[in-house]
Amino acid sequence: MNVTLILIVLLVGAIVTYLSGNKLASKVSLFFGIISFGLTIYLLQLFNQGQNIAFYSKWITNPNINFVLSVDGFSIAMVLLTTSLTSLIIFSSFDNNFKNAKAIYSLILLMAFAMVGTFLAADGLLYYIFWELALIPIYFIALIWGNGDADERRKAVAKFFIYTFAGSLFMLVAFVYMYNKIGSLLISELYAIKLSSTEEYLIFGAFFLAYAIKIPLIPFHTWQANVYQKAPTVGTMLLSGIMLKMGLYSVIRWQMPITPNVSKYFVQTIVGLGIAGVIYGSIVALRQKNLKKLLAYSSLAHVGLIAAGIYSLTLDGLRGAVLQMIAHGFVVVGLFLAAEVIERRYQTNTVSDLGGIRAQSPKFSSMFMILVLASVALPSTFNFIGEFTVLYSLAQVNIGLAILGGTTIILGAYYMLKMYQNVMLGKTNDKPFADVTFTEGTTFIIIIIVLIFFGLYPKPIFDLISPSIISTLDIINNTK
Amino acid sequence: MDTNTIITLLLLLAPLAGFLINVFFGKQFSKNVSGAIGTLTVFSSFVCSCILFSNVSANPKGITITLFEWFQVSNVTIDFAFLIDQLSVLWLLFVTGIGSLIHLYSISYMHEDDNMHKFFAYLNLFVFFMITLVTGSNLLVLFIGWEGVGLCSYLLIGFWYNNQDYNDAAKKAFIMNRIGDLGLLIGIFILGILFQSLDYTTIKTAVISAQELDLQWISIAAFCLFIGACGKSAQIPLYTWLPDAMAGPTPVSALIHAATMVTAGIYLVTRLNFIFDLVPNVQLIVAVVGAVTAFIAATIGLVQNDIKKVLAYSTVSQLGLMFMALGFGAYEVAVFHVITHAFFKACLFLGSGSVIHALHGEQDMRKMGGLKKSMPITFVTMLISSLAIAGIFPLSGFWSKDEILMVAFHANPILWVVGSIASVMTAFYMFRLMYLTFFKDFRGTEQQKNHLHESPALITIPLIVLAILAFFGGLLNLPGSHWLNHFLEPIITKVKTESHGLGQTEYMLMGIATVGALVGIGLAYNKYIKQNEIPDTDTSLVGFSKVLYNKYYVDEFYMTAIVNPINRLSKLFRDHIERYLSFAVFGLGKTAILLGTYGRKLQNGNIGLYLFVFVLGFCAIMSYLFLAQ
Repeated sequence: MNVTLILIVLLVGAIVTYLSGNKLASKVSLFFGIISFGLTIYLLQLFNQGQNIAFYSKWITNPNINFVLSVDGFSIAMVLLTTSLTSLIIFSSFDNNFKNAKAIYSLILLMAFAMVGTFLAADGLLYYIFWELALIPIYFIALIWGNGDADERRKAVAKFFIYTFAGSLFMLVAFVYMYNKIGSLLISELYAIKLSSTEEYLIFGAFFLAYAIKIPLIPFHTWQANVYQKAPTVGTMLLSGIMLKMGLYSVIRWQMPITPNVSKYFVQTIVGLGIAGVIYGSIVALRQKNLKKLLAYSSLAHVGLIAAGIYSLTLDGLRGAVLQMIAHGFVVVGLFLAAEVIERRYQTNTVSDLGGIRAQSPKFSSMFMILVLASVALPSTFNFIGEFTVLYSLAQVNIGLAILGGTTIILGAYYMLKMYQNVMLGKTNDKPFADVTFTEGTTFIIIIIVLIFFGLYPKPIFDLISPSIISTLDIINNTK
Repeated sequence: MDTNTIITLLLLLAPLAGFLINVFFGKQFSKNVSGAIGTLTVFSSFVCSCILFSNVSANPKGITITLFEWFQVSNVTIDFAFLIDQLSVLWLLFVTGIGSLIHLYSISYMHEDDNMHKFFAYLNLFVFFMITLVTGSNLLVLFIGWEGVGLCSYLLIGFWYNNQDYNDAAKKAFIMNRIGDLGLLIGIFILGILFQSLDYTTIKTAVISAQELDLQWISIAAFCLFIGACGKSAQIPLYTWLPDAMAGPTPVSALIHAATMVTAGIYLVTRLNFIFDLVPNVQLIVAVVGAVTAFIAATIGLVQNDIKKVLAYSTVSQLGLMFMALGFGAYEVAVFHVITHAFFKACLFLGSGSVIHALHGEQDMRKMGGLKKSMPITFVTMLISSLAIAGIFPLSGFWSKDEILMVAFHANPILWVVGSIASVMTAFYMFRLMYLTFFKDFRGTEQQKNHLHESPALITIPLIVLAILAFFGGLLNLPGSHWLNHFLEPIITKVKTESHGLGQTEYMLMGIATVGALVGIGLAYNKYIKQNEIPDTDTSLVGFSKVLYNKYYVDEFYMTAIVNPINRLSKLFRDHIERYLSFAVFGLGKTAILLGTYGRKLQNGNIGLYLFVFVLGFCAIMSYLFLAQ
């Protein structure tokens, strides 16, 4: 039994969903999502028992490309994140009546398939194929099922597609170059590749373009807010909850071990860029008129801090970043669901049109509040563990960086509480607001349970990811 | 599990259970049932605290309870662990004790509110986090409580969320506290990096046994921790949230914004006294900030007309005195004043609540007056507390404030003068409050006058208990016995036992303080009873009293200097920078198209042009090759 099974389930799921017709599509896709999640848990058990669940097969002989899926704690954690969030996202959309539902649910599973592949692939070209494949479903999801003016949406989505695709092409060039040099793209051989200083700089730069756009780091983020706003909420959730973690994951998995010296050389610069993103994103979020855009900039701030943790190249920084990636995935899906809940009732996400909701919907208000608090990293939520660990790592590098990065706890509280006040509080709104439905409530509760459980007891995830983070750091520190 | 573990868990979990019960089932209960659940859970915590108190008294080393490992950073392991020792048990006693009384009071006070179950849920949650704060055995468990009480404070200030002004006040409290929290976090980081631990006991051992300490980093850490303390305990420059926090229901002001949460900063500094003792420079900053805050807040208190605002500035001012004591290393004295202050200030707030209740929400003292006849119990209890806070012999405040001033006199005469003047002002504004509220004729509406009544027993009983405590609280630490000082000896490395004898200087200082208090009361009497003055309307104020009434325009200053620029920056980023960045990316695309258009024109099939370019290129390459050699 090995990890290909997860990929197969998701791919078969995508096909079956499409064939099952519009009525059943949501349930069928949820079924396959949950199967893939359960399978991941089962494989995690096998992995923990020391069984080999990796997969290796020859694929193309000339050029020498292999179909290799390798597994360590870090990648399986990301697969868990993908399969669990995908299931949650599908479930949360049960109240939406999508036109041509079979297509969108099928695309969601296809996207999960590509993302899981990205997290598992251990051959450069295979990884690149999965990486680009993930872009296609989300492109169509945003384009076809998105909201707002169709023309503007097409523009925003096209910009997103071209922008991220263009960045990734540089990565492809880097892979081709390295293949020509050593005749293989196996990750283990890439880790051992000997590069001249110039080559290392160029390859680092190529990876950087691909990842900085995907994550996104400022100033490469301009595609983000518009797409988050225009895409349907399921798309936004997939993008912010999982897809941007592909970029962060790849930095740790591919960029830093392949180009360790340049990575070390740029520690201060890129950590600084990440922190600049924290401050910039938070400040822009303060005055956003649209709830989903506000959340997009908040996301920009959060991933800035995660990136800072990763590029700090300290054990705490990497570990905290991975914890925060998972925590952010859940909280951001919850927050976008809150935006969706409001949109379903008021058909708008414009902050100035909202307010006075709390009195009408106590359950929704409480759950939204808890998500806001998790997002501002209140201790005893999972987000606190991640944020604290990352900031602690920055303090080890330079106390000034920790202070600058730490402004997130002030600015984050500012824009989130301001948003909550404007959206939820104040004089009771004239328009009626029904409290959460069963699916909405259940989704919120699952997310909240995850965030609080791991906030109090992060040890399982910590123990899962630690060994692979430590060995990645060893590779970075000891090679060449 | 031994008994102490069970009792500690019960202590923690009882209010949490109360919170959960009222959150999930509160709507189905009658109001009295929600109130009873809230009160009883806190009371059970009080019982647990009493048991722990007796256990700790018998065991000077304290009790450590480790539940499980929370997480790790570097080589620092952070446990969910609790430390029950002299310091935490003292805080526990008055948090849960006064907490129980205030819960009881709220059953009556909040009875008209539709969301009473929510109110009790939040209050219980607050008590839970406050207990976590004072019992945590390391700085991160403390931090859970620290931010948790901040959250409850936010929820309770904004309890009436239909009013956006209240929501603004709540938000302001949370954000300002978070500025302090960043300081606290940075302090925690530095201590963690220096000592490889965040556990109090481990750090203390490391400090004591260390050959050489990095004093520079320790002083930075201490300073950062102090910033955290300033946020929570409303010291300059992070104090402006506390007066605004009076937007919350009055029991909240009594419990959170007077008796318990705002003392967390003092708890933190006392807890880490072994760190602060190492760095006299930071101690001096603490003392100066405390003294200045005590003074400034007292001046603002002189002219406020909202009864709760007066008490709020009084709280800020009293907390300032406590910090002054902390700065002089007299931790036990600060703790003494924390406790007596909790008694009389809680009583004063609850008393003001009783008045507000009787007047159906009126808080302006200019519309009160003459209430002592219709509200005798409220009057007497508030009078006792006012005498106590003014520092009149033999009430509790006399002893605790006197000790602070004595310490100040020996350590830094200038700050002693500052603190003494603040105390005179305290006596003045407290009696201004008393005279305006309870004496002369009633100045409210006829309708209010006909409905004047003493509050029901659920309100007066807590008042009476607190007034008794405010009266006798001084017994905790009378000169001669100094029970509190001895009790705290295991915690505070340098209890100054040598200065316990009462010499001539001490009697002289007591005399000066008493005369000062009497002068303050006399001035208020002269102004508001003899000359029968009623404060002017807000608009007719001129000169310095206008500045005071407007709180030195500090809020306006923060608005202009910090909040507005950030918002303008946000707008600039949103409207311009974002557009430029976006344009730059699209610009790349446009350039490509442009190049394409021109490039296409070049490929026009004109052989002559191709040939020309070919020759040009050939020449260029040749000349490059020659020149390169």
